[in-house]
Amino acid sequence: MAIKLDNSQTDLPVLKPFNYSPAGQPGDLQFSRWLAEVPPHGFIGLLLLACLWPVIAAAQSNFTTTQAFEALWRWMPFLLTKGFLLNVVVSFLTMLIGTIAGILLGLGQISPINWLRRSCWFITQLFRNSPWLVLLFIVMLAFPFEIQIGDTIIPIPDWMKAVFGLSLPIMANIAEVVRGGVQSVSTGQWEAAESLAYTRQQTLWMIILPQCFKRMIPPWMNWYAILTMATPLISLLGVEEIITLSRQAMESEDNHPELLMPFFGFSLVIFFIYCYPIARLTMKLEKRFNVKG
Amino acid sequence: MNGFQQYFYDLAQEYPRWNFIFFYDPTQSDRVIQGLWMTLELSVICVILSVVIGILGAWLQGAPSKTVRIIVQGYIQFFRNTPPLVQLLFFYFALGQFTPTYSPDGWLEVPIISNVGWAIISLSFFAGAFNVEIFRAGIESVPESTQEAAEALCMNRAQIFRYVVFPLAFRVSLPALNNNLVNLVKTTTQALAIAVPELLYQMISIYNDYSTAQYACMLVLFVAYIVLVGILVFGMNHWERKIKVPGYGN
Amino acid sequence: MTTHNWTPDQPLISIRDVHKSFGDLEVLKGITLDVRQGEVICIIGPSGSGKSTLIRCINALNPINSGSIKVEGQEVNDPKLDKLALRKKVGMVFQQYNLFPHKTALENIMMAPVKVLNEPVDEVEQRARKLMKRVNLIGKEDAYPGELSGGQQQRVAIARSLAMNPDVILFDEVTAALDPETVNEVLLAIKDLAQDGMTCILVTHEMGFAREVADHIYFTDRGVIVEHGPPATFFTEASDPRTQEFLSQIL
Repeated sequence: MAIKLDNSQTDLPVLKPFNYSPAGQPGDLQFSRWLAEVPPHGFIGLLLLACLWPVIAAAQSNFTTTQAFEALWRWMPFLLTKGFLLNVVVSFLTMLIGTIAGILLGLGQISPINWLRRSCWFITQLFRNSPWLVLLFIVMLAFPFEIQIGDTIIPIPDWMKAVFGLSLPIMANIAEVVRGGVQSVSTGQWEAAESLAYTRQQTLWMIILPQCFKRMIPPWMNWYAILTMATPLISLLGVEEIITLSRQAMESEDNHPELLMPFFGFSLVIFFIYCYPIARLTMKLEKRFNVKG
Repeated sequence: MNGFQQYFYDLAQEYPRWNFIFFYDPTQSDRVIQGLWMTLELSVICVILSVVIGILGAWLQGAPSKTVRIIVQGYIQFFRNTPPLVQLLFFYFALGQFTPTYSPDGWLEVPIISNVGWAIISLSFFAGAFNVEIFRAGIESVPESTQEAAEALCMNRAQIFRYVVFPLAFRVSLPALNNNLVNLVKTTTQALAIAVPELLYQMISIYNDYSTAQYACMLVLFVAYIVLVGILVFGMNHWERKIKVPGYGN
Repeated sequence: MTTHNWTPDQPLISIRDVHKSFGDLEVLKGITLDVRQGEVICIIGPSGSGKSTLIRCINALNPINSGSIKVEGQEVNDPKLDKLALRKKVGMVFQQYNLFPHKTALENIMMAPVKVLNEPVDEVEQRARKLMKRVNLIGKEDAYPGELSGGQQQRVAIARSLAMNPDVILFDEVTAALDPETVNEVLLAIKDLAQDGMTCILVTHEMGFAREVADHIYFTDRGVIVEHGPPATFFTEASDPRTQEFLSQIL
């Protein structure tokens, strides 16, 4: 058995592998893993910390802790129904549009048609590497505020424009998840299908995708959690979601600094409560679907 | 006005929606340049600080005291997995409450850490959290055997670190560090939330002042970040290829 | 570099009743052996018998719990030991991850004399080229370890140890990670060294090599030296049942 060496490969390794996976890789689940691992007492600790603040601030002024929390209590239903609900709706719609577009883009990246593959790759890289805020800004400005189809005029509210804006980077990242998933299926499967006279389309939809579908779910859910945590970005562009409304609420309460922590702390807690079960479910599904293929 | 400026001025007259005002109006172009400069400043300073934080954190991760290790781990997990927007707001509003102020004229109270300062602190800690993990992984990929071989050749600990561990850990971590750098440049846009006058902020101001410049602003903004990220990625790939360790990885 | 009243007629390395534990696990349970100048010693035995630990203790890579190791009269167990001086006398070649992957073969050899001993670069370079010739690697001076085969890497590692002009070289299972085809080229280089008079201590599984080149063979099992002798008698007249069992398994 003669050892053939090309110019840069040795038969004796020279370094140990680099044990780090940056965020954004197709199978990355770090956010969900971290969130799922937050123990209950960590949660309580965070809550206590959020409550500690008004105590410190109250020591220096007239506005007491109880008044701060009373204010929060008064505003809470409003913040939840008018604010957080919008965040959730935006995240759902974004994920819906982003997923459909992402699947198409991802499959386009592995297409044998040259121009299709190259343009899909280009679009994916373009939207993965652009700052989310810049994309949001551009889409929200450029999008028409109403569409006319035939005789009906459909007004498009600003949160819907935000949905389109956020769905661009999500589309690019889901495309990477899909591409990574399809490429993780061993070539043996493709060869076996080919030898059984399956066409490429049939192979893809009947053999490859069903296999990697399950494996793509955890990273997909991971991106949903990241997206949800990123929806406050739209507050910077005027959409009235929970952060904007919190700020408005604090203003109507005369902007006492003691209000800062309870109100922002509340938002943080709400996002946590929402994303935590998702993260746990993600990790559970990852264990179940971790089939070696 | 020179030819370049004249062209865009005429373009604005002909196509009212494509007013590239910052190409021919010196005040506006000043704003854009200041914004670009601020973005670059934030990026460069935060990269340097985050590398320092990363090295410090990686070193502290090996500390004997368990409390120190837990603190470092907590820091990493918090900054890696919460949105940078929240971090920026927290640093500026929550911690900003505590900064002492000074008064230059007896009336105005100016905090000693401005919003730009807080943006730098927040973004540096954000990128630093990733760097700690990167450096740790880089150092761990240098096999003990190689370090012992250096020891057997009479090198002391400082020499081993300087001639063997650090050069290897650096070469191995560079791709991940570059990824982090690109991410940092993209994240500087979120400093908008605390009114830091970086490029996005300036573009929005110009658009608010001149609504005809809408399309122009968007286009130039988009292209500017693509070009910025593109140059970075290209330069980094070039550097990576130059110092790559032959026979490592594939 | 003091010689501590050592003369060449005394053993180069003198190991007396060495005990070494890793936590609760005692790995060396009283090892005693002598190495004279110019001798080639092979230490064989099943894994976990403490062979690698022993030679790493000679080099002060691992501290010992009790007993004495004297290299040219200098006690290794001494807290005031000058490790630099010791490692100049005692070279070592490891099983894998031996070379510095970011330096070429020639730079690997030159690195320690230039950076640690502060010798002039031109002299060291000349010496390094001669050493590469000696281990039969002319033409590979500018190759990086990642471009060399396992056998070539180990030969560079041997040349690198020689660049420090040691009095004895320790070999820790240097062929264990290599493909069978490349093992020979490394063993040839070591045999060459031995024939030139270098004192060598090898931990190895290569029985053929041991039989051919060694002056003395030690068999260790579970931290003690079970049996030892010159190859002529060791392989044929081993009396201890453990030795016989081991030999029957590998021969």
